[in-house]
Amino acid sequence: MSQFETVIGLEVHAELSTNSKIFCGCPTEFGAPPNTHTCPICLGHPGVLPVTNKQAVEFAMKAALALNCEISRETKFDRKNYFYPDLPKAYQISQFDQPIGKNGWIEIEVNGEKKRIGITRLHLEEDAGKLTHSDFGDTLVDFNRVGVPLVEIVSEPDIRSPEEAKAYLEKLKAILQYTGVSDVRMEQGSLRCDANVSIRPVGQKEFGTKTELKNMNSFRNVQAALEYEVERQKQVVLSGGTIVQETRRWDEANRKTVSMRSKEEAHDYRYFPDPDLVRMQISEEWIEAVRATIPELPDARQARYVNEYGLPQSDAAVITMSKETADFFDETVKTGADPKAAANWLMVELLGYLNANNLTLADVKITPHGLGEMIKLIENGTISSKIAKTVFKEMVETGKEPKQIVEEKGLVQISDEGALRQIVQDVVNANPQAVADYKAGNEKAVAFFVGQVMKQTRGKANPPMVNKLLLEVLQNA
Amino acid sequence: MSAITRKEVEHVANLARLKLTEEEAERYTKDLNAILEFAAKLNELDTSSVEPTSHATDVKNVMREDVNRPSLSREDALKNAPDHEDGQFKVPAVFE
Repeated sequence: MSQFETVIGLEVHAELSTNSKIFCGCPTEFGAPPNTHTCPICLGHPGVLPVTNKQAVEFAMKAALALNCEISRETKFDRKNYFYPDLPKAYQISQFDQPIGKNGWIEIEVNGEKKRIGITRLHLEEDAGKLTHSDFGDTLVDFNRVGVPLVEIVSEPDIRSPEEAKAYLEKLKAILQYTGVSDVRMEQGSLRCDANVSIRPVGQKEFGTKTELKNMNSFRNVQAALEYEVERQKQVVLSGGTIVQETRRWDEANRKTVSMRSKEEAHDYRYFPDPDLVRMQISEEWIEAVRATIPELPDARQARYVNEYGLPQSDAAVITMSKETADFFDETVKTGADPKAAANWLMVELLGYLNANNLTLADVKITPHGLGEMIKLIENGTISSKIAKTVFKEMVETGKEPKQIVEEKGLVQISDEGALRQIVQDVVNANPQAVADYKAGNEKAVAFFVGQVMKQTRGKANPPMVNKLLLEVLQNA
Repeated sequence: MSAITRKEVEHVANLARLKLTEEEAERYTKDLNAILEFAAKLNELDTSSVEPTSHATDVKNVMREDVNRPSLSREDALKNAPDHEDGQFKVPAVFE
C-alpha cells in the first residue's frame, strides 16, 4: 500500500473595510435592501469612469506588509473578462501580472510544530454581485456588493493537511483582523476561501492532478471538505482510477464534495490592462508610511504574553486568536490584575460563557475594567473565587462594577476569625455523628463540615480560614 | 504571425456570446486575418529596448479619498433592467 502526501493551496478573498466601494462612492455596508447601494459606475453603465479608492490600495498594502510580502513598486489594474449575471460589466477589475504584494509568508503551528506557509501573491480586485434563485427558475441579482474592494490572497501549495489548512486560515484571519483591513466575517461573506487539493505518492516531486473546492463557508467546513476530498482522491487512485481536474462544491447537508460539472472549455479570461484606470506607482515613502500603521500582530503579542506575563504558549495562542479577546486581556491587565488570573478568567469563564451562548465579546456587558477589579477583590480576600463566579455572571449580564454587585448582594467574604470560629463551633456541635466519623479517621467528614459552614454563610466564608478553624475545633471536640 | 483559424474565431465568438452563421464565421476569419496582417507591420520595428505600454497616458496614481457619495434610488437603478422582481434584477436562470 503506497503512502500518499496531501498538497493543499488556499485562495482567500477578504472584503476590505472601506466606507466606499473600490471605484465609486457607493457604501460597502452589509445587509442593505437589494440594489440600494449602486450607481452608474458599479452598475457598469456605458461611459462612466472608475476612480480608485486610495484607502483600498493602502489596506491592500497594509495586509501585504503584515503577510511579509514584497510590495510591487509598479502596479496596475487589469480586466478579467467573463460573462456571468453577477458581473454587470462582463469583466471584473482585478490585477493580473503585477499584484500589489508577492512572495510573503505566515507562520503556523500544528501539534507544537512551527511551519512557514508561503504566500504567492496578494492582489486587489472588486467583488461581484449576489445571485439568488427564485422559485420560478429565474435568477435574481442584487448589485449592492459589486465593487466592494477585495484582496485575494493565494498561498503556495505548502499546506500538507486539512489541519494545517485550518491553522493557516485562523492565522490569516487574525492578521487581517489585527491590521483592521477587514472585518473577516465568514458568515457575512467578508472572508471566503477556496482550496486546491491534490495527493501524490510520498517522495514524488511532481504534483498530482488537483481539484478545486468551493462553497466552504466556515473554517470547520474547510477542514471537513478537505478531509473528505483527500479521502475521496485516495479511494479513486487506490481503485485504479485517475483524478479529474474539476471544480467541486462542498455539500454541507450531505457532508461531501460534489462535482460542479462546469463547462468543458477551459477558462479564458483574456486579461488586459484596464484603460480607464491609470497605473499606480508605489514609493518607498508610501510603503513606510503604511508600514508604520501596522499594529502589534498576533505572533508578537503571543510572544509578549509568554515572555512578559509568563502565560503558557497554548493560552497565549488562544487569547491572541482574535484581536477582540487580546485587547480585552490587555485592558484587564492594565487595571493591575494578575495576568495569569486574568487569562484564566478570560479563557475559562468568559470564552466558555460566550461559546455556550453563541455570543461574541461585543454582545456582553462585562468590561476589562470590571474583570480587573473583580480579580483584585479576590486577591485582597474581599470575595472568594467561588463567590467571584456569581459576581462574574452578574457582570456579564448587567455590566455592573464588581464592588457594587458585592455590596448589593452582600457577598463580602467572611474573614472575621471570631465570627467564623463561632459558626464552625456551632456546626461541629450540631453534628456529633460526623465528629465521631472524623475521629474514626474518615477524612470525608471534613468536607461535610466545610459544606455545612458554607451553607450557613451562603458561600461567603473564607475557605482557607474555614479549613484552618475546622481542624482546630475538631482537634478539641 | 500565425494566421487566425476558423476554430479560433468560433472560440472567441463563443466567449463573447455571439452566435455566428457559417457565412459570418468565414468572413470574420478572413477579416481578422487581414487586420492582424496589417497590424503585423508594426513587428518590423525593433522594440526590444522599450517597456511594454499598459496605458496610453503617462498619468499615475489618480485616486479618490474614501468618501461616500449618493447612490441611485432603487427605482432608478432598475430602470434599465430588462426585467426585475422584488427590487432585484431578473435574468434567465444560470447554473454553474
